[in-house]
Amino acid sequence: MIGDLVIETKGLRKTFISKERGAKKVVEAVKGIDLTVKKGEIYGFLGPNGAGKSTTQKMLSTLLCPTGGEAKVLGYDLAKQQQQIRQNVGCVSQAGGADLYSTGVQNLVLQAQLYGIDALTAKKYAAEFVERLQMSTFIERPAQSYSGGQKRRLDIALGMIHHPQLLLLDEPTSGLDPQSRAYLWGEIKKLKADGITIFLTTQYMDEADKLCDTIAIIDNGKIIVTGTPEELKSSVGGDTIVFSFPSEETARNAETSLKEKLQVERIQTVENSVHLTIKDGEKKMPDLLRMLDAKNLEAQTVTLSRPSLDDVFLKYTGRSLREDVAK
Amino acid sequence: MSMKSLHDTKLMFIRNMQHTLRSPVFVFASMFQPLMYLLLFMPLLKGLGAVPGFSQGITVEIFIPGLLVLQALFGTAFVGFSLIDDIRSGVIERFLVSPVNRPAILLGRVLRDAVVLLLQCILITLVAIPFGLTVNIYGFLLSLLLYALIGITMASISYGFALIFKIEDPLAPTLNTITLPLSLLSGIILPLAFAPLWLLDLSKINPFSYTVNAARALFAGNFHSLGILEGFVVIIVLAILVFLWALRSLEKMAS
Repeated sequence: MIGDLVIETKGLRKTFISKERGAKKVVEAVKGIDLTVKKGEIYGFLGPNGAGKSTTQKMLSTLLCPTGGEAKVLGYDLAKQQQQIRQNVGCVSQAGGADLYSTGVQNLVLQAQLYGIDALTAKKYAAEFVERLQMSTFIERPAQSYSGGQKRRLDIALGMIHHPQLLLLDEPTSGLDPQSRAYLWGEIKKLKADGITIFLTTQYMDEADKLCDTIAIIDNGKIIVTGTPEELKSSVGGDTIVFSFPSEETARNAETSLKEKLQVERIQTVENSVHLTIKDGEKKMPDLLRMLDAKNLEAQTVTLSRPSLDDVFLKYTGRSLREDVAK
Repeated sequence: MSMKSLHDTKLMFIRNMQHTLRSPVFVFASMFQPLMYLLLFMPLLKGLGAVPGFSQGITVEIFIPGLLVLQALFGTAFVGFSLIDDIRSGVIERFLVSPVNRPAILLGRVLRDAVVLLLQCILITLVAIPFGLTVNIYGFLLSLLLYALIGITMASISYGFALIFKIEDPLAPTLNTITLPLSLLSGIILPLAFAPLWLLDLSKINPFSYTVNAARALFAGNFHSLGILEGFVVIIVLAILVFLWALRSLEKMAS
């Protein structure tokens, strides 16, 4: 049995040597990564382009040979038991990997057969996934005619057709429209509900935030920080709450009374509104409202903003992930 | 070969054959060149009987086996382009992270290419019969094996370079650079009997010269000719070597 850890790496490294005009250039894509992925969780690898996300994913899928370090995937040694890892892990690469000239069904049946599943069972599995991912309207057409979202569904079905225990997803929603993204997020959550462990790379903070149980932020080939989305965000500091009042006077009164009763990190009145930064703002909000009510200071609107993973990235790297993505 | 590698080769062969059957027009389109030679060039050869040295002219029996080797060379030389498609769409990567037997990924392709080639060779031969071709049937059948091996060799070269370049641009010039001298130096169109000495020496290091000789001997039914054995030995060794080289290029993609 593999116990609780589905992926365990120690000092995993990958160095590429490229030749440019005869001169050897060494690129350290991944500079020693330790990670532990627990059974049944969605583990997010969040970072900008070129951070080493895909390279790590490709090492874990046995596509790339690590330069150094060690790793166990589903209890199998990455250096010695590649065939067992291939048999039991599902992979969806960034490119997807669907054969564009074949129909979706042909893709799925062949993929199952490559994992040693007989033709009859392969057809049965394919039909199951066609139904599950609502692909029946297009699955008999060649994959080159699919929309981005349809193709992505086929890609994920290809990765899942042999019912692996671990699914590696490389940027599953890159370049998709919001509707398709939301749909895929739902499907990924369903896979988790079925007990499948998912390791996904992403450069989208909202994706990591909405989907992942654990997030590792990777930058420049190194993991900078690991934690649950909540842990990471609360490491930034408190939440921001803004109360707006009918007049500036009321706002000032509210500020005074809130200050008396509370330990706040920062409080400030700007025109009709009171801005305050407070830890666990979500939990404290009802109390705050009751306090204001007791003093007959009725707020017109209340907004609570939580620190985002972008704030987390900013805190640990000094750069904004949004800027990096835009580049 | 283990059961698994056979099973996987079969899967890959069927997959690639499906692709070919989806656009069968290409099977015929790549026969255009030899058919043009047959229709527009071969009639010229008959006149050569009057030229000193060509006492017997160049007969259909000499020309057609060479033409089939030409088809084997050029008809399969450009199959690498389809592999680049598969690399780009991530199909090859998907195969590499699956437990599929890796030689099967390439073997399924080259065997498909060989089957397509044999179909073309048979068709060309049939077309040549009204032109007066007489052929030893056993020799012809045995020569098909020879063409298949040439096809496997050329396809492996094409796939090997496709796996190294991964993009189309350098592939066509590279393959042309290899194929053209190989065909010119093997006496495909005209026998090398009248070549200057230096050209003759060059042709001796061209492995395909031996296959052309073997094909001609087989068509004529000269089963005692040593050239047949030479041709087969040369092409079998070559096919194995280039296939292993292409396989190494595939393994390098995942390293």
